[in-house]
Amino acid sequence: MMTWLFAGLVVLAVCFGAGTGRMGEVSGAALAGCGDAVELFLTLLGTMALWGGAMRVAEKAKVTEKLAGLLWPVLSKLFPDVKKGSGAAKAICMNVISNIFGLGNAATPLGLLAMQEMQRDNPTPDTASDSMVNFLVLNTACIQLIPTTTAALRAKYGSGAPLEILPCVLVTSLCSLALALMMAFLLGGLGKRRAPAYGRREAVRG
Amino acid sequence: MKPTDFIIPCVLAAVLLLGAVKRVNVFDTFVEGAREGIGTAVKILPALVALMTAVGMFRASGALELLTGALEPVLASIGIPPEVVPLAMLRPVTGSGAMALFDGILREHGADSFVGRVASVLQGSTETTFYTVAVYYGSVGIKRTRHTVPSAMTADVAGLLLSVLTVRMMLGS
Repeated sequence: MMTWLFAGLVVLAVCFGAGTGRMGEVSGAALAGCGDAVELFLTLLGTMALWGGAMRVAEKAKVTEKLAGLLWPVLSKLFPDVKKGSGAAKAICMNVISNIFGLGNAATPLGLLAMQEMQRDNPTPDTASDSMVNFLVLNTACIQLIPTTTAALRAKYGSGAPLEILPCVLVTSLCSLALALMMAFLLGGLGKRRAPAYGRREAVRG
Repeated sequence: MKPTDFIIPCVLAAVLLLGAVKRVNVFDTFVEGAREGIGTAVKILPALVALMTAVGMFRASGALELLTGALEPVLASIGIPPEVVPLAMLRPVTGSGAMALFDGILREHGADSFVGRVASVLQGSTETTFYTVAVYYGSVGIKRTRHTVPSAMTADVAGLLLSVLTVRMMLGS
């Protein structure tokens, strides 16, 4: 999938660029894109260090354990191969909390930490586990209590009630998350029937 | 000063204070965790370069505009305003690009117009799907993503349809 995504985007860009006569822009974007990546990396480097450090302190102070204890009973349904009280479970809970409170710059570092923990128990290191797929779905659907950036932009453009969209946002994001998780559940079951080798390896582990 | 400005500083202060109260060696522990965080960041750099180059090229090629143009009449027939289609297409691919587009929509149509409201709900309830998939999987070297992308795209499609539906039903415009 990653091969397809990466190669597909570049090949499409070249084809469409030639068709629309925007090859100059495409060429420039290729060079600017890798520069942007380094810029984003530098931002991430700082926040990853900051939240990685804070997370470690919270862990030693047993804060994460308490918060995970509150959330895990609900979240555990989505992560069948993650054990209660494991590092992965804690990191997942912290990531979900940061997402809910709209701490985007904390959610990504904590999410990556959770991925690392889940990868440690993954019997097929090049293939995503069910828990990883669900975790990705959880992070690509936007679970956020208050969409602060959106509300700020609405206020900037003279909205009478910047937060009037809140109920709509909550219903929309919760419903789309539920649909996406259902889809993940269905497709996960389907994929296992089609590729029994993966299912067997899972069964041995479970 | 907004109320939300309090969250990050207070979370950090609370964590460090709790650590100190529980006699954790706060500074050394923080540095140790930060070192690991830097290691993870370094690991995702190659994946970031690959993805952002590809996305940048794709956006510059004009492919998105053509796709949007083709989809607009179809989506308009089921009641989705054509003005938000480009936003819906760009949102899963690039966060900053979508933000710029959203800004433009609000400026042009007003925040409290139907289009402005739908765009706001869409912007507030969907995420940069492809970026998240690439960075999260790239950081641990997953190559076979199985059913991740179709499942995540379900949320994006549902997000577009539901943002129109909820604004119609709940805000009545």
